[in-house]
Amino acid sequence: MLADKDRIFTNIYGQHDWGLQGALKRGSWDGTKTILEAGRDWIIEHMKASGLRGRGGAGFPTGLKWSFMPKNNDGRPHYLVVNADESEPGTCKDREILRHDPHHLVEGCLIAGFAMGAHTAYIYVRGEFIHERENLQAAVDQAYEARLIGKNNVHGWDFDIYVHHGAGAYICGEETALIESLEGKKGQPRLKPPFPANVGLYGCPTTVNNVESIAVAPTILRRGAAWFSAIGRPNNVGTKLYGISGHVNTPCVVEDAMGIPFKELIEKHGGGVRGGWDNLLAIIPGGASCPIIPADQCADLIMDFDGCRAVKSSLGTAGVLVMDKSTDVIKAIARISYFFRHESCGQCTPCREGTGWMWRVMDRMVAGRAQKREIDLLLQVTTQVEGHTICALGDAAAWPIQGLIRHFRPEIEKRIDQYAANPHSDPVPVPVAAE
Amino acid sequence: MSVRRLAPKEVQPESFAFTDENLAWAEKAIAKFPAGRQASAVIPLLMRAQEQAGGWVSEPAMRYVGDMLGMAPIRVYEIATFYTQFQLQPVGRKAHIQVCGTTPCMLKGAEDLMKVCKKRIHAEPFHLSENGDFSWEEVECAGTCTNAPMIQVWKDVYEDLTPEDLDKILDAFERGEKPATGPQNGRHFSAPVTGQATLTSAELYDGSMVGKGAGLALAREAIAARANGEAPAAAPAPAAAAAAPPAPPKSDPAPAAAPPAKAVVAAGNADSEKPSKPVAPPPGGKAD
Repeated sequence: MLADKDRIFTNIYGQHDWGLQGALKRGSWDGTKTILEAGRDWIIEHMKASGLRGRGGAGFPTGLKWSFMPKNNDGRPHYLVVNADESEPGTCKDREILRHDPHHLVEGCLIAGFAMGAHTAYIYVRGEFIHERENLQAAVDQAYEARLIGKNNVHGWDFDIYVHHGAGAYICGEETALIESLEGKKGQPRLKPPFPANVGLYGCPTTVNNVESIAVAPTILRRGAAWFSAIGRPNNVGTKLYGISGHVNTPCVVEDAMGIPFKELIEKHGGGVRGGWDNLLAIIPGGASCPIIPADQCADLIMDFDGCRAVKSSLGTAGVLVMDKSTDVIKAIARISYFFRHESCGQCTPCREGTGWMWRVMDRMVAGRAQKREIDLLLQVTTQVEGHTICALGDAAAWPIQGLIRHFRPEIEKRIDQYAANPHSDPVPVPVAAE
Repeated sequence: MSVRRLAPKEVQPESFAFTDENLAWAEKAIAKFPAGRQASAVIPLLMRAQEQAGGWVSEPAMRYVGDMLGMAPIRVYEIATFYTQFQLQPVGRKAHIQVCGTTPCMLKGAEDLMKVCKKRIHAEPFHLSENGDFSWEEVECAGTCTNAPMIQVWKDVYEDLTPEDLDKILDAFERGEKPATGPQNGRHFSAPVTGQATLTSAELYDGSMVGKGAGLALAREAIAARANGEAPAAAPAPAAAAAAPPAPPKSDPAPAAAPPAKAVVAAGNADSEKPSKPVAPPPGGKAD
């Protein structure tokens, strides 16, 4: 288990003052000026050396992303946009940063903004996080008041931070949809290229980063890239906020090392699986879009990017959803299908029509009201949606179903057999063409 | 995708206008964005309009916000129907209950919470209770998965609920009180219900962590090296050579006592004079 002194977010449970005075005492804003004086290239080099991979799900190296911003300013302003639109079922880690440790994020914005030549940052908080947004805004105001940010601040790099919010659209967590939403439009993703680093917010160079990626940056630079990269396994380094939800005895959010064995995470922090380890049915390791992992692969599962990929899933945002044997696993995945159907932005046909189609078939399979050949048909349709849309929502809708069929096909077949073996008066089918 | 329509004409009010207080607030909200980009403020303004009107946005309110921001009405209708936090029909006067129904909450009993809503409020979501005090809906993940199941009412969340807790909360709203928010089972935010197992060392909070960073020492070395006109120390990162600034020529040493503020700005713009070169596009995918 990670030692307390190696934890970055020391107030995630809100037991101490989240304001500026408390944050200063916990080490925020310590030597920020020295870091900025070391220069833009120094910061980016050290972020690269730290091995930090983006914490929003895709795991793209953060330092490398920062370096994509144009080096020379062509007259267009540069923007830093922070993605605080965490809305994926199972993921609730950024919430704790926003409401209980906001100064990590505010300081991170200044450093990241400086490293990419930006004087303005927008933090896009999901609409439902209202008190979280109020705390963050208060922290930003405190930083302005103390002249840590703003015009002519003590750090010598003019920097404005604006807190903006959405209004309940999951798709706005996709970076170009977020930019569209920030421009006052529907959150429909843009085609790439051009990439935001060249043409982003208002047509200007923009980098979109997850809250956690930005919030850990100050501590990494303060304590040294070597400290951060010594935690975890190669290519999967550092600390990570894990959210443990579902059928565990003590669900919680906790920061621990990357690469912690799943069993240790659940036993030490989650209080163990409800009814004991043998009662585990399956887990979803990193938010609803990640394929399910059955219990027999969980015993040796390593919680990091490569560890989850080894079992054909994904670490995502490390919001672990634990399901015990009381779970109707088909229904659990069908509910995820409903979520993606609801949240599809409607722009690309395969996703708009496909997510609805997949949900309707999944819904029938929950009751067993299907044919066995439809399992393969469903699998085939998921592959027609996956990779054929502008953004990754189509993929995210396909993966949970693929995971379910991969690991629980006998369960689906059993359900169909049970249904067929009993007399039913089938409801008159109502053909549904489109959403 | 979810298909949503505006409420029928007979439900829509005649007109809408911000109160003076909200108008002043709206001007500040618009000022957050560059000139000519005031449309960016549409979501916060609509949200404020929704709050002012008792929990829903009417068609006159959309037109009002559109006029304020120089947007065609259809652009505002698009926003209001796309983003599901905007309620398009009147909601309960005392409380609009939003029950999260996605898988993490479903596994912990969100369906039982919805049964309570169906029994006490209305069999269907988005319908007012008989006296018009309550309404409910099922929402897609409100982001408190470790505190499941949960409901959100206006700005507040009520977490770790049982159907009995929800009954009590509804009773309190009925009496016109505001129930205690947050976890209902005695938990402290998202800490384990049994108490914290981590973040227990006193040294984290007594200020003794301040000023000790090994990274800061490296930063000071880099600053000193640059001031002395030396080439920057070998970068620990791969492929960093291209990004490193050229060492200033020895004959023209950098001013040792440059004002720090100027130095920071100079470092920030270090490469501005370099000729442009194409930037490698980042690979696609979701926001990092």
